[in-house]
Amino acid sequence: MAFSFRRKSAIPGFGLALGYTIAYLGLIVLLPLAALVLRAAEVGPGGLYALVTDPRVLGALRTSFGLALLAAATNAVFGMIVAWVLVRYRFPGRGLVDAAVDLPFALPTAVAGIALAALYAPNGWIGSLFEPYGIRIAFTPLGIYIALVFIGLPFIVRTVQPVIAECDREIEEASATLGANRWQTVFRVILPPLTPALLTGFALAFARGVGEYGSIIFIAGNIPYISEIAPLLIVIKLEEYDYAGATAIATVMLVVAFAILLAINLVQAWSRRRLGHA
Amino acid sequence: MTHRPGRRIFRRAALAAAAILSTIGMSQAQTVLLNVSYDPTRELYRDINKAFNDKLVADRKKPIAVRNSHGGSGAQARAVIDGLDADVVTLALSADIDAIAQRSQRIPANWQSRLPNKSTPFSSTIVFLVRAGNPKAIRDWDDLARPGVQVVTPNPKTSGGARWNYLAAWGFGLKKFGGDEAKVREFVGAIYKNAPTLDTGARGSTVSFAQRGVGDVLIAWENEAYLADLEFGKGKFDIVTPSISIRAETPVSIVDANVDRKGTRELAEAYLRFLWSDQAQAIAARHYYRPARPEAAAKGDLARFATLELLSIDDDFGGWAKAQATHFGDKAIFDQIYSPSR
Repeated sequence: MAFSFRRKSAIPGFGLALGYTIAYLGLIVLLPLAALVLRAAEVGPGGLYALVTDPRVLGALRTSFGLALLAAATNAVFGMIVAWVLVRYRFPGRGLVDAAVDLPFALPTAVAGIALAALYAPNGWIGSLFEPYGIRIAFTPLGIYIALVFIGLPFIVRTVQPVIAECDREIEEASATLGANRWQTVFRVILPPLTPALLTGFALAFARGVGEYGSIIFIAGNIPYISEIAPLLIVIKLEEYDYAGATAIATVMLVVAFAILLAINLVQAWSRRRLGHA
Repeated sequence: MTHRPGRRIFRRAALAAAAILSTIGMSQAQTVLLNVSYDPTRELYRDINKAFNDKLVADRKKPIAVRNSHGGSGAQARAVIDGLDADVVTLALSADIDAIAQRSQRIPANWQSRLPNKSTPFSSTIVFLVRAGNPKAIRDWDDLARPGVQVVTPNPKTSGGARWNYLAAWGFGLKKFGGDEAKVREFVGAIYKNAPTLDTGARGSTVSFAQRGVGDVLIAWENEAYLADLEFGKGKFDIVTPSISIRAETPVSIVDANVDRKGTRELAEAYLRFLWSDQAQAIAARHYYRPARPEAAAKGDLARFATLELLSIDDDFGGWAKAQATHFGDKAIFDQIYSPSR
């Protein structure tokens, strides 16, 4: 039996579709990335090494990636609960709540940032509640985290929601009649099929959070080594007309983000194989 | 059967189309000048543009449309370098126009000598805005370095205005410590360590201080300080003028390559010359900019400006190119303030 590159499909047009896919991805994704890397290459290996060992750059990268991961993890838990409630329960105003989930998508990020800064500032509605206890939210890393949780929420909800809708209630009932307790039902019956979708949402929220600028910049404080995000360092480099340095930081971010996204994908594939869910 | 709605709708549509076409035709006949400026000049140029058109009409010339673009001064300069079709640039510091001249060659290197007052029709200076009654008793730059005082100022790496703030503080330090640079560094460092937030632009800092209640003192452009006073409530803030500050020169230039290609050189030059006219100088003073020709401004407007010692970027700091490299370059003095020293 001859090895076949593709499985037979009822619909023709494999060559055309693949050619289109490659051309489109190349034009829209790879070409700009190639330009980025090419520009970054101008700093040379020595310059790149100096850049990635610079404590300030490292501090900013740690802030951006660490807080993006933390915010995505927070959203994985609470976004999942939101998705569950929206699918499984019928209550007045459900449509409204469902629509509100998309707002962080639709809102221009700068507007979101200004609104959040106003809320969490020492004299804002929420910030003023914490101020007497010496807790500052706006202009600290905590503020960045809150902004990232805000913009990341819809990614989790929208990826998990359809999968929950697909799940049969009968399976949960079967699990209960077979003697599983509630926690067992949640962790061994409900969660496994949701895991791949949850990981996808997590990866999307994380990727968005790493590159986020507009909504953070107004609430971050932007103090070097403390509340400075990597995208701000890029803007600072551009401000100095150091295009090569700016693209070099961007390339470093890209490589780290790619590695993390790849790892998430591998975990996803592993969980699929192990749990036997497609 | 006289009632024929379909026909009426058609006629209305045709009328609307004609109206739209005629406005497009009109706007095409009108010459458009693009003035690329920095952030806080919105209100100022709105008035100046109107006055310029009034003058054109009075001279029996066709009025033009002046479009204004505002943003951070450095970002605006980059946009022009990258091809934004500006006819004139009116930026926050000469270094940004120098950058356009150097990197895009769209402006000749000697641009600053083409107009009077080093091409600076009006300037500003750096003052303090404090909470009403001045509870922290802030009088001068030393008070900003005191422990327990929170200072709001934008990031000099991203904001042109913030570089003036920094240099004014530096100039005060130089006088106070008799030129001992190590002490001046420590002094300016203490001020920046008192900053709870470094916004990316001057407007951002004003909003943080005035609206969000952050900090005890805002280091700001004089015009911005007065504007904040008007905009965010009279009586909520006091303006404190330090003993020494800097003359914040905000120069202007035509973008030669762009006006020659578009054929707007004559108009663009007239527009810039108009900035020195009696009308424009009076408007500038009304908007709290210090006019190059004070004799043209209203006495009452001038009386609002406090007299203080003003340093000059060229005489006291050796020009922008030098100040930029020693203070704001990569790993230069400003970056060192924040690096964990040990």
